[in-house]
Amino acid sequence: MIRLDNVSKVYTRGARPALDNVSVEIERGDFVFLVGSSGSGKSTFLKLILREERPTVGEVYVAGRHLNRLSSWRVPHLRREIGAVFQDFRLLPNKTVYQNVAFALQVIGKNRREIDQNVPEMLELVGLAGKERRLPHELSGGEQQRVAIARAFVNRPPILLCDEPTGNLDPGTSVGIMRLLDRINRTGTTVLMATHDDEIVDQMRKRVIELKGGHLVRDQDRGVYGLETV
Amino acid sequence: MRLRFILGEVANGLRRNSTMALSVVLVTFVSLTFVGAAVLTQMQVQQLKDAWYGRVEVSIFMCPPNSLYEQCAGGAVTAQQEADIRAVLEEGSVADLVDEVYYETREEMHENIVAADDTGVYSQLEAEDLGPAFRVKLTDPEQFQVVADATSGLDGVEEVKDQREVFDNLFMFLNAATFVAAGLAAVMMLAAVLLITTTIRLSALSRRRETTIMRMVGSSKSLIQMPFVLEGAVAATAGALLAITGLWLAARYLIEDWLTGSIAWVDYVGREDVWTVAPWLLVIAVGLAGVASFATLGRYTKA
Repeated sequence: MIRLDNVSKVYTRGARPALDNVSVEIERGDFVFLVGSSGSGKSTFLKLILREERPTVGEVYVAGRHLNRLSSWRVPHLRREIGAVFQDFRLLPNKTVYQNVAFALQVIGKNRREIDQNVPEMLELVGLAGKERRLPHELSGGEQQRVAIARAFVNRPPILLCDEPTGNLDPGTSVGIMRLLDRINRTGTTVLMATHDDEIVDQMRKRVIELKGGHLVRDQDRGVYGLETV
Repeated sequence: MRLRFILGEVANGLRRNSTMALSVVLVTFVSLTFVGAAVLTQMQVQQLKDAWYGRVEVSIFMCPPNSLYEQCAGGAVTAQQEADIRAVLEEGSVADLVDEVYYETREEMHENIVAADDTGVYSQLEAEDLGPAFRVKLTDPEQFQVVADATSGLDGVEEVKDQREVFDNLFMFLNAATFVAAGLAAVMMLAAVLLITTTIRLSALSRRRETTIMRMVGSSKSLIQMPFVLEGAVAATAGALLAITGLWLAARYLIEDWLTGSIAWVDYVGREDVWTVAPWLLVIAVGLAGVASFATLGRYTKA
């Protein structure tokens, strides 16, 4: 589903590479944690998959597309196959919960009927049925993140990228979010989650990819956050 | 769905950014009014040329009995000289350029002068004091100089005059006015482009959240950019419509009512000419907005 072959990324010539000769393959339906300290290359890893950046060296394949050769006008089609969730939720403050989720479908040209069918279904899935007409500021952090997940997943993309989705949430709320991501993963969706949250990683016991200074230092099935605790 | 979405975004953007949008409308209005004025002035010049050049003629005045001109030192023009001059016009090298030759006798000229004289200055003038003239109509009035050169040196010719000279000063003035209007229009259009650029930039910045999300969920670049492009285009088009209204009012009340009332013998441009110019003003407005959009958007809503 996602494959990086000997990928390096250098932002400014001469500087230390943000990613250095990284090769990873993530299969359809995998749930993968991407861990590492700040500056380890996690964000670059995600940006390469979203094709916000291109690799300096190496090949990137996502959802059957060779991103090195993907022309810029095809990029939107790639992004429709990748849902993205962020630490800061990125909801539109003046739109209701329903409108926030519907927005993602509107702007890729879905018709009214599809929207009316999919949005309530998705809100039901993330556990926000009954809160359709709330505005984001009327919701708790966990609920806002659920809206963001609903928006990312409403188009049923085969891949869900999560960048520190629990970074702004308390531990109890985080568990709820993880359950939701796990449920989404069980529908066959590939989930790749960058995180600092060791408790969650240790609890979930999923595959862990660790980056350090741009190098891939660990790729472990059913792993935990820190090597020392193995 | 998409169309409604785009229109909704355009309306939102214009509302949120209303002062900037208004300034775009006004600047476009002023600049396109100047463009329109320049074009109408040129149309007026062309219209006058068409109307007058058709009527004007080259006049070859022949020597009267007591001319002060050196070339008439030999006295009044003789019948033989008249025939020679006519031969040059009708059979000589310039015959192709000559459409029609009319011989005006000294009596006719006397009558015309006295008839046109309101002041009484010429009341003492006798027909015998005057020379006859050839009034020559040219196939192409621009070729005046060739005909003048061919005839002015002939015996018995006192002076060759082109009536166009009278109008050329007026045309020079109108052309200068056109240049001034066009210059102002160019400056204002530059201002319009810069303003539209700023408006779009502000609009894009204020809607960065939306565009980021649109990009993220895979909205096409055109859909992301279209609302901004249309915002600029709508404001510029509104300016163009104001300019057209202004020109129409000017044509209706200034030219057709006032100018035509005071100087009636000129054939003026009118409302129908404004309608000829109008579509072009709209095209320019949309073009300005388009140039500004594509110069700005690449940077602010990258895919």
